[in-house]
Amino acid sequence: MSDVIDRPLLEQEATAKSRLRIIDCDIHPSLHSRADLNPFLTKRWQEHLKSYGDHLRTPYIGTTPYPRSSPLIARRDAWPPTGGPPGSDLAFMRKQHLDPFDVEFGILQVLDLFIFSQQNLDFGAAIQRAINEWQLAYWSDRDPRLKASILAGQDDTEAAIAEIERCAKTGRYVQINVCPRANEPLGRHRYWPIYARAEELGLPLGIHVGGYGGHAPTGGGWPSYYAEEHQSNAHSMAATLTSFVIEGVLERFPRLKIVFIEGGFGWISSAMWRMDQHFERFRDEVPHLKRRPSEYVREHFWFTTQPIDEPDEARHLRSLIEWVGVDRLLFSSDYPHWDFDDPRFAFRTPLSEAERLKIFNSNARALYKL
Amino acid sequence: MSATRIDCDIHPAVGGTRTTLLPYLDDHWKEQVVSRAIDGLDLTSYPPNMPLSGRADWRPANGKPGSDLAMVQRGAFDQLGSSHAICNVLYGAQAVYDPYMASAFCKAINDWIAAEWLARDLRLRASIVVPMQAPDLAIEEIERRAGDNRFVSVLVLAQGESLLGRRHYWPVYRAAEKHKLPIAIHAGSQYRGAPSSIGWPSYRYEYYLAEAQAFQAQVLSLIYEGVFGKFPGLKVVLMESGVSWLPAFMWRANKTWRGVRVEVPWVEREPASIMRDHIRLTTQPFDSPPDAKGVADIIDMIDCDKMFLFASDYPHWQFDGDDAIPPHLPASIVSRMCADNPLETFPRLSLAA
Repeated sequence: MSDVIDRPLLEQEATAKSRLRIIDCDIHPSLHSRADLNPFLTKRWQEHLKSYGDHLRTPYIGTTPYPRSSPLIARRDAWPPTGGPPGSDLAFMRKQHLDPFDVEFGILQVLDLFIFSQQNLDFGAAIQRAINEWQLAYWSDRDPRLKASILAGQDDTEAAIAEIERCAKTGRYVQINVCPRANEPLGRHRYWPIYARAEELGLPLGIHVGGYGGHAPTGGGWPSYYAEEHQSNAHSMAATLTSFVIEGVLERFPRLKIVFIEGGFGWISSAMWRMDQHFERFRDEVPHLKRRPSEYVREHFWFTTQPIDEPDEARHLRSLIEWVGVDRLLFSSDYPHWDFDDPRFAFRTPLSEAERLKIFNSNARALYKL
Repeated sequence: MSATRIDCDIHPAVGGTRTTLLPYLDDHWKEQVVSRAIDGLDLTSYPPNMPLSGRADWRPANGKPGSDLAMVQRGAFDQLGSSHAICNVLYGAQAVYDPYMASAFCKAINDWIAAEWLARDLRLRASIVVPMQAPDLAIEEIERRAGDNRFVSVLVLAQGESLLGRRHYWPVYRAAEKHKLPIAIHAGSQYRGAPSSIGWPSYRYEYYLAEAQAFQAQVLSLIYEGVFGKFPGLKVVLMESGVSWLPAFMWRANKTWRGVRVEVPWVEREPASIMRDHIRLTTQPFDSPPDAKGVADIIDMIDCDKMFLFASDYPHWQFDGDDAIPPHLPASIVSRMCADNPLETFPRLSLAA
């Protein structure tokens, strides 16, 4: 392990850090309690939220069937001293994360109540709107560094588009979020109206891991352990990448920009090689594709870096970065979750100043027009 | 006599249940398949006319690619230069719902391959096709065929009814380990569930790509359920899985294990190290980076020259020309993957047939 970075380089990076502010593309704010949404819900949906709550394709109403290794999937030090769940207290988030790491902008990714997978579509639409309003009122209004995403429940496409229109008019949201484990693979035609709108509005499409699409987390069935389920997130993202590419979404929407969030990036180069290798063989099945699959990936997709891969040899991480391309990577911390990537230590391989600037700041700045 | 070069994955094709397999069914199933017209069990994963399912020069004038012994001999041995080859039959017995029917068809396939392929060409070996739908019947079939050293592995599909590490399959692994039979997981699906967590894809192309992730899920399942702790002698061969996904997959597995190993205390070392000891992969397709340096990097990252097994995937169309070895592989890997690794992975290859 001779080439793993040792102390002197970290010191060098520490001095560089003072000039480089970070754009963190994956920060999870939480509701303090579900009652936080009441100001944004009609009486009917307030009552519904209280008496029926979520209806998701998962066995439990109060927790995941794959218990995490820590409560609420959070860093143990991320519980606010004032009470409430991790990520629910802006002052503490500032003190613990935004200020010490000099976060210039943070992109909010709301997972509470997982609106993308609600079976009751009207309820889903009501809480989607409420959460979108809550993001502004509780976060962006109070700290302009924090940028909201338009949550758009893809499976009620009409309601999703109405919500996109409503939010886009404010000019305050930086992307449109849909979920990888939807009712159907995201490349399928039924979702294209959302992509048409995203393209017209010039808003990137953000796709954060997760969802309750009803299918097993793996192509081989339901795993027994969180260790398996956790890694299956990357598999869902790989299948989502191929769905977008192979369905021809990027042929139809040549200005669409897509951000994969919390899938990591180690798997992407192999996914591109595999698509390219078999392209000739399947070309007559997909005549709508005019270019090699990897070309669509290199032009239309960005990938957040967490959870970063940790090969023993620093040169291997270097290869991964080069294969995907420094221009495609967006730093993300996943604060306040347990598998948080610390911006000081996550990249255990040498990066040039220019590369560092791109990954930690300028790629996201250009993409999100910050 | 040429040097030993063992092709670990070729595909003889069953013409049909009512034709090819009929002589190998007992009276009950003979009557059933005829009177109920039970036939056409080619897997949705491999429609015979799809280009991937048969290279143009390996397609017979009549019948499916891989259905003609003489043609397979010319292609797999004369043209590609192998000294031996392992037959993996991908007819749909593995996907039948009725466990008795599945078992009868698996038995018929194994008897057919023994009589019409292995007996006619001493260079051929085969995997035992088993009904994993019913582990007890799978074990019966393993035991029935275990005395015949020409059967060198147990064949299962990458996407079945449940993940392969689950404990209801363990008795199958006990039997396999006892008889020195590795478990060969081959690309293909029973279509019980969607090929990936995101649902049913539109295209065969997408489905085929998703197989790589299904293999990864199977490896994690086998490791985290503790199969290799329970059966330390067991080896698992991933066939037609692709290879280049392995390094990043290993790192993610190691990282995840470091974070959450508290839930699987019986997994006492890094998953990648377990993979290097127990998992093997056939080299077609490789899904290579386009350049020699990329391939060298992938090999360096995997850091285990024992994991690769030479295979052509005949008659599947993975490459053109006469060389089934993926481009840019270093000579040290090539020499190991053609003979040493297969002999170590399939111990019964060394036994008298």
